[in-house]
Amino acid sequence: MSHRKPSELREEAKRILEELKGLEKIRAKDRIAIPQQEMPSQDPHERNANMYEVTYGYFEDQARAEAERCLQCRNAPCVEGCPVRIDIPRFIGHAAKGDYAASLAVIKEASLLPAICGRVCPQENQCQEYCTVGKSLKDTFKSVSIGRIERFVADWEAGLHGLPEDRLDEPNPLPPSARVDDAGEPDTDRAIDGVHAGAGGVPQVKPPTGKKVAVIGSGPASITVAADVRREGHDVTIFEAFHKPGGVMIYGIPEFRLPKKIVEAEIHTLEQMGVEIRTNFLVGQTRKLKDLLEKDGYDAAFIGTGAGLPRFMSIEGENLVGVFSANEFLTRSNLMKAYDRDRAQTPIFQPRRVAVLGGGNVAMDAARTALRIGAEKVSVIYRRSRVEMPARAEEVDHAEEEGIEFLLLKNPTRILGDEDEQVVGIEVLDYELGEPDESGRRRPVPIPGSESVIDLDTVIVSIGNDSNPLITRTTPELEANKWGNITTDENGRTSMDRVYAGGDIVLGAATVILAMGEGRKAAAAINRLLAGRSRR
Amino acid sequence: MEHTILEKRQLSEQVYMMRIRAPLIAQAREPGQFIILQVDTDFGERIPLTIADADAESGWIRIIFQAVGGTTMKLATLEEGEAVAAVLGPLGHPTHIERVGHAVCVGGGIGVAPLYPIAQALKAAGNRLTVIVGARSKELVVLEEEMREIADELIVVTDDGSYGRKALVTEPLRELCEADARPDLVVAIGPPVMMKFAAETTRPFEVRTMVSLNTIMVDGTGMCGGCRVNVGGETKFVCVDGPEFDGHQVDFDNMMRRLASYKAQEDRARHECLAEAQAAELEKETHESQKTV
Repeated sequence: MSHRKPSELREEAKRILEELKGLEKIRAKDRIAIPQQEMPSQDPHERNANMYEVTYGYFEDQARAEAERCLQCRNAPCVEGCPVRIDIPRFIGHAAKGDYAASLAVIKEASLLPAICGRVCPQENQCQEYCTVGKSLKDTFKSVSIGRIERFVADWEAGLHGLPEDRLDEPNPLPPSARVDDAGEPDTDRAIDGVHAGAGGVPQVKPPTGKKVAVIGSGPASITVAADVRREGHDVTIFEAFHKPGGVMIYGIPEFRLPKKIVEAEIHTLEQMGVEIRTNFLVGQTRKLKDLLEKDGYDAAFIGTGAGLPRFMSIEGENLVGVFSANEFLTRSNLMKAYDRDRAQTPIFQPRRVAVLGGGNVAMDAARTALRIGAEKVSVIYRRSRVEMPARAEEVDHAEEEGIEFLLLKNPTRILGDEDEQVVGIEVLDYELGEPDESGRRRPVPIPGSESVIDLDTVIVSIGNDSNPLITRTTPELEANKWGNITTDENGRTSMDRVYAGGDIVLGAATVILAMGEGRKAAAAINRLLAGRSRR
Repeated sequence: MEHTILEKRQLSEQVYMMRIRAPLIAQAREPGQFIILQVDTDFGERIPLTIADADAESGWIRIIFQAVGGTTMKLATLEEGEAVAAVLGPLGHPTHIERVGHAVCVGGGIGVAPLYPIAQALKAAGNRLTVIVGARSKELVVLEEEMREIADELIVVTDDGSYGRKALVTEPLRELCEADARPDLVVAIGPPVMMKFAAETTRPFEVRTMVSLNTIMVDGTGMCGGCRVNVGGETKFVCVDGPEFDGHQVDFDNMMRRLASYKAQEDRARHECLAEAQAAELEKETHESQKTV
């Protein structure tokens, strides 16, 4: 796909809207004939050297044109594909009419974080997989771009929608999410002021109930619980181990995919609602969960500590200098801002020739980060084929456009080092696809004797996370399964009285939207519990 | 939580002691545990430091550090009454303390600091306690008085012989192992190379030897895996599996190489810090000389 200029995409959308105006009645076949609106983005050859958001988001005309593609199916198959069951046809209907406030209100009935989910949800495996438009065009990737419209209305509320007019003619404009300071310099640090001053505003909080809830972790599940519980008038304290709240959305997902100020705005909303956030507080170590409940007066607790123990492959050479977990590499770059070599104190390894092992979103993030901090060549090594890659299709496309190489149907057998234990290469074995396995994906089968060596100096391991042992180790009352995931009932209730859990610590590695959905259910259960409890 | 510096003392040219307000950590911590500290939460680095002592009632922890890196040099510029931006802890497993009989604690350089609470606890558990304190030279010997108070026997050695016996810590350690009543437990904390050779010294005598590792870390909670070490052929995370391990099982050579992963960048940071300090000094001198003129 060749890169198209933002202005060109906007003109095309304008034309489509004009044509639609000329029609007496827009029939289903007219809607299906509307070309899918491509999301404008930075030029791939420019963006692979900067950290700013890759995509600009739709122009208003594009959002409306894309919304006009929706057939407003009565049975709404898309809703079935949404983990939190957003009323998709209804929000798209409002967007098509230009009533973005109403559109956003519909989304917010079910989802708290539309600006984030619109950006990071794997829509092609969720809502868009079931879209009738995609089905009639026999291509999931031609479905209505539900996620992009969702992002547009959320960005509209924050005043971040569409590339500003004054940047339109620049050779590679900064995205709307990148603010420019008074001196005209890009400013990535400052949070957006009054980002929620739009249609939604700060959610209403009921009068104080005098009850207290501890929320452990500050990722998507925890943010959701904090907001939903606080709305009922209960006091909420978020405990976060890092020095900044936001969890995986801050330390894991890079700025170029999810601008930090969007996450900061969500955190800021919580603070405005009166949620207390205590950073540098590791529940279990700094204070036991039991003490929070029994000595510190918390009436209930929610554990949303995420998946945080990087998995390695147990192959030779994994502890050589130059081998990193994707978590480490990304945390250095994102949370510690090590990409900003002039200002950050935290160092990051200077990669030259990189292999990223794995095919998920985190692998794409790590590969694209390596490129942005100056690697000459970055290869993603994945043992299945491209269609089986768990990463969002858009991220894989973007990575490829930026020059990431994909070495598919290959699996590393060992990492090679020199006498100083520095990585010098990786040995890989070729695979072919065999019969489908339990997951329905065709099982990769090794081809004996097909080993080859790739010269490189950096290996980033991105094959997933095991559950972090700290909370279960320090809280014997909590039951966990053999993988260390906390076990809960359908309402997020754990084996420990008054303690709920959700997100990756329960699900294993999943998505922002699933974590949020779990948080919603747990929050509702906590609110029911507290409604029935008198103050001790 | 304001982590105010309650007391600061310079112990030698590069070594500082600070007592920092941290009531929850002081309450929860046990010997052998560490903290992650930051001087600046915008662009600052997170560095692990072992807790040298704490008082649960008064709510402070004590750290002893050598100002040799960007963050420790900045930390050293903070004065009493100022606050440390972020302190997370206590992290890691506490030392397993039991009555073994004769315990020998070996500390090298500022490794004596994290060793102190462990020595204290071993003594309190009813062990006969021998402490070997080693340093490059006299001014780098730390906590000698504190150790002397709790130890049944204290041996001080320096590399250059400027104080105590002129020897490496491994010499008196070997002599203790060769004695009739060989030690039942050795705890060695110091520079990696010292721990490596302490473990090599005790290996032929089959004396259980624990070491406390201080590797590269980002989060200190198991999330980054930067701290991983090879222990008995298995990969372990120092932050959640350690920081203490069987010294006879640790692959020290790999650990030392991994510790040097960012050496070039760390050298640059140190250089910049020194340059800044020199520039400030120069400016002060110029200013003063102008005044006299």
